[in-house]
Amino acid sequence: MEYFLQQSINGIALGSIYGLVAIGYTMVYGIIGMINFAHGDIFMVGTFIALIAFLILVAIGVTAIPLALFLVLLIAMLLTSLYGWAVERIAYRPLRGSFRLAPLISAIGMSIVLQNYVQLAQGARVKTLQPLVSGVHTLFDLGNRLVVQISNIQILIILTTLALMSGFTWLISATSLGRDMRACEQDLKMATLLGVDTDRTISLTFLIGAALASVAGMMYLLYYGVIDFHIGFVAGVKAFTAAVLGGIGSLPGAMLGGLLIGLIETYWSAYFSVQYKDVAAFSILIVVLIFMPTGILGKPEVEKV
Amino acid sequence: MSAARPAFSSALAHALKDALIAGIVAFGLFILLLGFLTDDQRGPLRLLSRPVLLASAVGIVFAGRFIVSVIYHYAAALRYWLALIWSMVCGAAIKFKWPLLAIMLIFAVIRIYYAPQTWPLTAVAVATVFIAVRFGLSAAFLMLAVLFPVAFYDNPYFLGIAIIALTYIMLGWGLNIVVGLAGLLDLGYVAFYAVGAYSYAIIAQTYGWSFWVCLPLAGLFAAFFGILLGFPVLRLRGDYLAIVTLAFGEIVRIVLLNWVTFTNGPNGIGSIPRASFFGIPFTAGDDGFAARFGLEFDPTHRTVFLFYVILALALLTNWVTIRLRKLPVGRAWEALREDEIAVRSLGINPTNTKLTAFAIGAMFGGFAGAFFATRQGFISPDSFTFPESALILAIVVLGGMGSQLGVAIAAIVVTASFELFREFEQFRLVIFGFGMVVIMVWRPRGLVSTRDPTAYLKERKTISVEHVAEGRG
Repeated sequence: MEYFLQQSINGIALGSIYGLVAIGYTMVYGIIGMINFAHGDIFMVGTFIALIAFLILVAIGVTAIPLALFLVLLIAMLLTSLYGWAVERIAYRPLRGSFRLAPLISAIGMSIVLQNYVQLAQGARVKTLQPLVSGVHTLFDLGNRLVVQISNIQILIILTTLALMSGFTWLISATSLGRDMRACEQDLKMATLLGVDTDRTISLTFLIGAALASVAGMMYLLYYGVIDFHIGFVAGVKAFTAAVLGGIGSLPGAMLGGLLIGLIETYWSAYFSVQYKDVAAFSILIVVLIFMPTGILGKPEVEKV
Repeated sequence: MSAARPAFSSALAHALKDALIAGIVAFGLFILLLGFLTDDQRGPLRLLSRPVLLASAVGIVFAGRFIVSVIYHYAAALRYWLALIWSMVCGAAIKFKWPLLAIMLIFAVIRIYYAPQTWPLTAVAVATVFIAVRFGLSAAFLMLAVLFPVAFYDNPYFLGIAIIALTYIMLGWGLNIVVGLAGLLDLGYVAFYAVGAYSYAIIAQTYGWSFWVCLPLAGLFAAFFGILLGFPVLRLRGDYLAIVTLAFGEIVRIVLLNWVTFTNGPNGIGSIPRASFFGIPFTAGDDGFAARFGLEFDPTHRTVFLFYVILALALLTNWVTIRLRKLPVGRAWEALREDEIAVRSLGINPTNTKLTAFAIGAMFGGFAGAFFATRQGFISPDSFTFPESALILAIVVLGGMGSQLGVAIAAIVVTASFELFREFEQFRLVIFGFGMVVIMVWRPRGLVSTRDPTAYLKERKTISVEHVAEGRG
């Protein structure tokens, strides 16, 4: 039981990271109906930017961890969202209105570019960062070394995710940008006719998605401490699975899906086999798409002639 | 036209402004990732700064954007002049085609006279040009492919590249059935390639059966996997199908990597039996190919044989595709690609139709995989990663989906450019990715953008690809 509880806590922390990435997929899919294939790699770029930003802060003498983390968060969000914007501007905007496969292919191209660019710029070796946020709290102590613990970093991840989610929900539901985004999601053409600057809205969607992915990237860096240029692919597919599981286009769905995927992956690793944990996530994707293509919170889609 | 165009100085100012913005953005993009290097050679991570690299990268973006802006400004005029020059060159070439061919013949004779040892190359070149003029590009390609080993017999390096190119042509044509004809986006095609390669390697090693027995089996296994995957997932819409096939490709790779007792895991399978000439091995011994046919032993015999095997397999793929397009099932594929709802209302079962496309495409992938295994003699899961799938898909899309000739040209261009840029090994994937983006932006419908209709009323007219829908998958 305590093992189960412990794994649940680990799973929720991992799932929060997936959920933040999944929001980027679900927003872009909701608005322009396209899988942003490069999103996983944006997440990976975010981890690298966070790593380098942190090392720079250490080098110039910012040693207070909370301040450093806050600054890293800001830098990572700013620069990664610039990547999101640039990818949209280069690879997707010129193809708006083109045939369906074109943006998907250019997205795959962009994903290959980002991966190999980071490999070229920073080398193929794994980068390791020593743990910054240490310390654990014991939740239950059943004696006999059966303890359920939550670490500070897990608390940090969960709290940051909660804060970002609340802020993001507010942005979508209460600001004019959020209204524009919802309008674009319902009907892009009609939104254009009614005077919504759709190009700007789509750009900002990519930008926000990339910023959230960079936060997830920073959390990933702090949680695991090991990154390489290749993590974006698998993380991207898992986050996409989360988005589909929750119901693509639905924001609470993306978060819920992320948590579920994180939990399932953690339980799978804990009780079955670590080697096949990616197979578990991919199989869930296939099963969900076959039996529940609209996901848990998604709206059913009506096929029209 | 020139009246409407703003003055040169204003165009320049505009380009400069664009370039400045691009430079600032590039600075933001590159400052951390290019400006600094995380170095972990000695102990914990340290930072090294690289201001020169950062400055030159930003400079390249600035200059590139400036040039593109200027060219873009004069695009209309530039296109006009280029089209004019091109039509003049083409017109002259067609008008004086026989004198030009005669001059070429004379040059060829002179070349053979002065360099007699290279006569096959010259002869093949001349024959190809004549065929191209008389019978068109496809015939010339076929002729060049058949005579390629004659021309380059003493150049194993070229033969090796040609074999790789033909493998990609075959894979491209196989995937073209799925993507180009049936309109199903498959991002996990390499899984079927892997299934073919592993089933050939394991069967050939375990039972010692010959290549020609294992080849159909490998194809069958791959087709079986195609049906296995296709049966549940083919009801999905296009983009979802793409992601599911991608997940399937990854599952196959992870299983190959971890099922050590069966596949030998990451170490791969080595010493796979080599292809033999219908039972006669290509060895130097008495019962080898060379001794049996009274030739001097030469390792190139095997290479040439492999070349013809993959050529035959590729042509088989092409022939089957062309024939299938005329059969009811092929027409159903194309109809499905154009409008699934209409097809369904006409009483065609879309799932079965898609399944046949998936299985047949997978079968050719399996054939290519078996060939790959016997050519390499060694396979490991590293050869069957997602970028490989993306590469094959890129070949199909860049060539123009559904166009057999376009796919072949794209496969040759991609293989050749990979070879040419071998020295810039680490840059080539970045360039390749950018190439995909640029070609999509520039020509979303691929290099060959006309299609031959399958069915026609009186005469066959090529149509612009704009009229072909891409299907909803």
